[in-house]
Amino acid sequence: MRATTRYSLLLAAAVAWAMLVLLTIGALHGANRPFGRETSRRPTRKWPRWQGADRFPRMAVGPVSSSVDKRNRGVNELEAPEEGPRIGPKARRAQRRPLVRDRRSCRMETCFDRAPCSAHGFTVYVYPRGKGERVSESYEKVLSVIRGSPYYTSDPRGACLLVPSLDMLDRDRLSSSYLHGLRSKLPSLPFWNGGHNHLLFNLYSGTWPDYSEDLGLDPGYAMVAKASVSTEVFRPRFDVSLPLFSRDHPVRGGLPGALTSNDFPPSRRYLLAFKGKRYLTGIGSEVRNALHHLHNGRDVLLLTTCRHGKDWWRHRDPRCEKDNAQYDRYEYGDLLHNASFCLVPRGRRLGSFRFLEALQAACIPVILSNGWQLPFSEVIDWKRAAVVADERLLLQIPTIVRSVDSNQILALRQQTQFLWNSYFSSIDKIVLTTLEIIRDRIFSQFSRNFLLWNLPPGGLYSRPEFSTDPGRFPFYYTYLGTRPTKMFTGLIHVISPVVSQSQPLLRLIQAVARSKFCAKIVLIWTCDKPPLSRWTSNPTALTVIEAKNKSMSARFFPYEAVQTDAILSLDEDSVLSTDEVDFAFSVWLSFPDRIVGYPARSHFWDAARERWGYTSKWTNEYSMVLTGAAFYHRYYHHLYTHVAPRELRTMVDSLSNCEDILMNFLVSIVTQRPPIKVTHKKQYKDAMMQPGTRTSRWADPEHFAQRQSCTDAFASIFGFMPLRHSRTRLDPLLFKDQVSVLRKKYRDIERL
Amino acid sequence: MGPSGKSARGVNLVPRMKTRHRLCYAALFSLLLLGLLSSGLLQFWPRGTALEDGDAPHVTHSPRHVADLPRVQLALETPTPEHGDMSCRMHTCFDVYRCGHNTHRRIKVYVYPPAHYVDARGVTVAHGFSREFNELLSAISESEFYTDQPARACLLLPSVDMLSQQHLRLKETGQLLAQMHSWKRGSNHLLFNMLPGSVPDYNTALDVPRDRAFVAGGGFSTWTYRPGFDISIPVFSPFSEEVDLPHRPPGRRTWLVVSAQTNIHEEFREQLQTQEARYNEEVLLLEGCVGLPPGRDSSRTRCHGDHIYSYPEILQESSFCVVLRCARLGQPALSDALQAGCIPVILADSYILPFSEVLDWKRAAVVLAEDKLPEIYNILKVISQRQIEDMQRQLQTKVDPRSSDRQNDVVSRPESRSVDSHTAKDGQRCPQEATGKSHLRALFFWERYFSSMKVIALTTLHIINERIFPYAAHSYEHWNSPPEVCWRGVMNPLFLPLEPARARGFTAVILTYDRLDSLLRVVTEIARTPSLAKVLVVWNNQNKNPPPSTVWPRLNVPLRVVQTQENKLSNRFFPYEEIETEAVLAIDDDIIMLTPDELQFGYEVWREFPDRLVGYPGRLHLWDHETGKWKYESEWTNEVSMVLTGAAFYHKYFNYLYTYKMPGDIKAWVDNHMNCEDIAMNFLVTNMTGKPPIKVTPRKKFKCPECTAQDGLSLDQTHMVERSECINKFVSVFGMMPLRSVEHRADPVLYKDDFPEKLKSFPNIGSL
Repeated sequence: MRATTRYSLLLAAAVAWAMLVLLTIGALHGANRPFGRETSRRPTRKWPRWQGADRFPRMAVGPVSSSVDKRNRGVNELEAPEEGPRIGPKARRAQRRPLVRDRRSCRMETCFDRAPCSAHGFTVYVYPRGKGERVSESYEKVLSVIRGSPYYTSDPRGACLLVPSLDMLDRDRLSSSYLHGLRSKLPSLPFWNGGHNHLLFNLYSGTWPDYSEDLGLDPGYAMVAKASVSTEVFRPRFDVSLPLFSRDHPVRGGLPGALTSNDFPPSRRYLLAFKGKRYLTGIGSEVRNALHHLHNGRDVLLLTTCRHGKDWWRHRDPRCEKDNAQYDRYEYGDLLHNASFCLVPRGRRLGSFRFLEALQAACIPVILSNGWQLPFSEVIDWKRAAVVADERLLLQIPTIVRSVDSNQILALRQQTQFLWNSYFSSIDKIVLTTLEIIRDRIFSQFSRNFLLWNLPPGGLYSRPEFSTDPGRFPFYYTYLGTRPTKMFTGLIHVISPVVSQSQPLLRLIQAVARSKFCAKIVLIWTCDKPPLSRWTSNPTALTVIEAKNKSMSARFFPYEAVQTDAILSLDEDSVLSTDEVDFAFSVWLSFPDRIVGYPARSHFWDAARERWGYTSKWTNEYSMVLTGAAFYHRYYHHLYTHVAPRELRTMVDSLSNCEDILMNFLVSIVTQRPPIKVTHKKQYKDAMMQPGTRTSRWADPEHFAQRQSCTDAFASIFGFMPLRHSRTRLDPLLFKDQVSVLRKKYRDIERL
Repeated sequence: MGPSGKSARGVNLVPRMKTRHRLCYAALFSLLLLGLLSSGLLQFWPRGTALEDGDAPHVTHSPRHVADLPRVQLALETPTPEHGDMSCRMHTCFDVYRCGHNTHRRIKVYVYPPAHYVDARGVTVAHGFSREFNELLSAISESEFYTDQPARACLLLPSVDMLSQQHLRLKETGQLLAQMHSWKRGSNHLLFNMLPGSVPDYNTALDVPRDRAFVAGGGFSTWTYRPGFDISIPVFSPFSEEVDLPHRPPGRRTWLVVSAQTNIHEEFREQLQTQEARYNEEVLLLEGCVGLPPGRDSSRTRCHGDHIYSYPEILQESSFCVVLRCARLGQPALSDALQAGCIPVILADSYILPFSEVLDWKRAAVVLAEDKLPEIYNILKVISQRQIEDMQRQLQTKVDPRSSDRQNDVVSRPESRSVDSHTAKDGQRCPQEATGKSHLRALFFWERYFSSMKVIALTTLHIINERIFPYAAHSYEHWNSPPEVCWRGVMNPLFLPLEPARARGFTAVILTYDRLDSLLRVVTEIARTPSLAKVLVVWNNQNKNPPPSTVWPRLNVPLRVVQTQENKLSNRFFPYEEIETEAVLAIDDDIIMLTPDELQFGYEVWREFPDRLVGYPGRLHLWDHETGKWKYESEWTNEVSMVLTGAAFYHKYFNYLYTYKMPGDIKAWVDNHMNCEDIAMNFLVTNMTGKPPIKVTPRKKFKCPECTAQDGLSLDQTHMVERSECINKFVSVFGMMPLRSVEHRADPVLYKDDFPEKLKSFPNIGSL
């Protein structure tokens, strides 16, 4: 009895304790999961469900019981009419210009005069340098690029855009390259007109201590292409945000991106790195002073030094010594190339050199610069190549960076390289991108969409005047999931008169026309004798175009008559069988962005003469395919005629040679890949090499020497050698296999 | 029990003890209870109110009357907020600390409770809501962004209907905003407004004094819009709700361009009339109707002379629809045009297009300067039909990713591709709708961003969310690619045209079970390839240990052996840490017939095509019309769509994909059937890159002539049946046939050319 009671009491106590323990654990558990399920008993207060909600008035009609505005009751605001004739659209447009007193609100509509652009197209004038004017090396490079661009005009009247030769790159009054007296010189430019349609370039503005973005002169209504610009000052779709580039940034060519392999998993030795100055006081010091909180000495290396400026030790703090020691232990270049992410914090100004350096090194930039209008952000989607963080959330950065997974790193890293190579690696790319952005704004109906700017090969090589539809270019088929049209146009370049029916030209036409993929044959007639009239009655669709311009470049003109994506470019003396044509076309369908052809050539570095050489010898590799018989996308005609540097086309026309080399250069620049050679019978080459025929230009040693010098000249004008070698030839699947010919689809190719 | 004496003593004792103990126990229990209560209170209470929306049970609430709203009177001295600051940006006027870093990477939105606001004199300032505003707020409160606790909120939404400015008392509305309990100069407050400005000058932004609050506004101009801060939203058109338009596939339309706005300025109308007069076959200019028969809604009709057309149905008959600015820049006609699948031609100088922060309008609309209106015909005429259809698809797409008759679908588009649910999720390339159920009809731009107040509200919140958590943002493709494009297109994960350095070499991965002799021969053979960097033997036999190091041949390159836990075929494609080179050569332990020239050449070809599978014998998939199934085809074909991985080069990234990203149960299927791992790899690579494999050299089969004798004909046939089964299984998992066939193979440049063999780089290329 007693014992039972005692036991029961003990039991009760035990139960109570157990409950307490359990509940405490439960509570602690709940505390670990602040949003635990057991806490969800209280219902959320949601937006109420109103009685008669379906009878609520439409927003455009307004409250039924409105006592505010009796006049407008019942008027549907969605149908609010355009104002009366007092201020019609024309009047509004006319009014707008003087209304913009505040230049900070300049836009293309108000501060830019489109009239000269509509009349003369996109032309850019550069003022000649005045007497005694000092121009920095960098600005000289900028101007030389504009002068060499296809948009350059020497006629200031009617120019769409005008660029002063006054050097405004450095507007830091304390800098040694600051130029005085521009304030008065600018408005006195002969065509200044308040600055309308002028474009000014600037890299540095403002100075210690506030580094304001003041140029120290009145830019009037001119557009400003400026580095380190803040979103508050930047006039959207009017100004251009530039990257900050160093004095020794090359005009052309430029350092290629550092990434040579797509290793996977893509993590590098360090996760996040930074090495730079620490400002002890003043603007921009906040972030850099706080970086040491994130430094962990293992995979997050954020190294700062106090040693900069003349009197750093006067401001030094206790951390300086330790920081400096750490700082000296690592090499900047080593960090860049061995870190997955590179911190790009603001300096005194918003932008820094570090941005381009990280981009080149394939180190994904982590941008920490609140309010910075990122370079070319009007067209470049930086989300694809960088991590944009908030200065205020500095301490979250390691977590953010660690949360980026391997797949994302792989994509981000490749995009840094694409952007660097396409828009930043040299001054000509930076300047041309600036011009193209402005051009896109002016001719908005022919402007590039996002895809053309942000997918390889990028905006400079996908021209909107060819098409604004990505599906028309050779580059985006797989991205869009589409295919090129399954037909081609044969384009034959005729230079000699037709005498007899047995001429190779007629045999060629027949062979090509027999292909079931041949939509049309176009003869480019550059021969003086007019074409025979009876040709127009040929059963296949045969068009004869008499080239107005009898130059070599005429064969690469973007003719209207070509409507298929593929072009089969032919010399009049090419010898091809229908099987060879069909097979090459089936290969081209797999590689629509490349030149797919038969005879190939190669370039090589001639060490003895220190120049690029050209060879037509049979070798184990090739880097060019002759366009005397080759398939390629019709877009490349556009590229050749409108994008290739003018001096190169002139060179080709004056030599009447090397047009195919230039075409190979262009396509390789765009694709960064070699052309493709397919197998063919040997007659083609033999015929070409026969002396005495009309085509003996191939046998002429002079002709060969010219091609040698072309190769070298092109490389030096482009600033680099874009050609790449291939060691592969594509053959039909059963080519020369020991199996019945009847099983083979392309039998003719093997028959000699 | 015990003796009575003891018991008597005990009896005496018990009550005494009882009282004492009772007290003790009572005290103990009360202490316990107190502790429990207090600990419960401390641990639970403050968090108990916290709610995660995902976990919250759906709350049904009884409908309420607007008339019952509490009355709130503004004091006379209520301060008026300042007018919006044009220099406001996220980093200056937005308090990011409110948003915190949470694992869901999702902002929280609080909606102030509604009230009936009156001014000091008792005159109403705000009472009740428009239908649109009610839909907007209820959509937000039902969404994953919603919280009912202001302290946890990143965004705060006043429940004052400001969608149309016309009837607002500006100053007083500003005052009532300022008295909201968490106003704090308006930071983090979002105001929705669709019809800004009012008679007569129609400002392009909400005129209510609003301090640092930001505006989701319809009809911003470039002068009132603060980039990266405000959000431009569409003007909702009531027809979105009221009219259901039939689907029109992309294609030709009766008219080139139609103008159906009734409220455009005379000057514009005259310019359009000139165009219509000149090209009346293709340009249609409509007006509002006068003298309609009773019962016909004037907003639903448009007239041209005597013809009466239904609106917005008429827009479906035209390729382009003119959307001109009127009093305001933002026009509901834009929504109507999109709904009708008619490409809008927007003429509204300085207008910030809806959601332009994320939408690529150049792919869906033509934007012209107002003064181009007189040339509109000529400008539109040069746009090709192909591009028109591409834009139409952008507006409105019909997708049947898994149509009822899938086989037909596959046959009619044998080379089309789809994004199956797995790749969509992993790549985050396509919106989830792309993987929807059958007969899902997606009207793209309109449906996703215009069709209801709900999508407008949620898109706005998503955009703000991406600003706060930029590293978790959706891609351009997610926002802009119609499901159809998403479905067919691919973003090659190795898109950069790199050519790996020859010197890096390749790692040969040999999967082996117990054919030791053959294995050693293979190792010795491939060691003769100049670019071999390492040999990795994957020892798949758990019953037997790999031989000691003395048995292995001496090589110039490192040789590593990995013993696996389980005998699985997929071990061949595991991303072993030991693989340091980009190039992997997968090779069977019985492939001894490949010459060093052939292997080296294969490696060279891979370097030129590092994103593809590069292999020797090729295979083909074919559609069998008789059985209505896919069929596997081996040698002697003129086409190839797969290469055997008994010896193939590929990028090590594909090992990772095979092991971790293989869709569905394909990996398990392969391991269970002990077959088809190579077919699976071919499917995977072609699906990810959109590129078929490359077959090198004439090599047709692996087995040496003496081995083939063992393979009887029947064995061969079972093999073929099994492989065909694999293809059909994989097609069903991928949801389509990703393979593509080509007619070429890669040979050395001088292969079989009449040229001295000793000068050729790869003279020793075997034949079969």
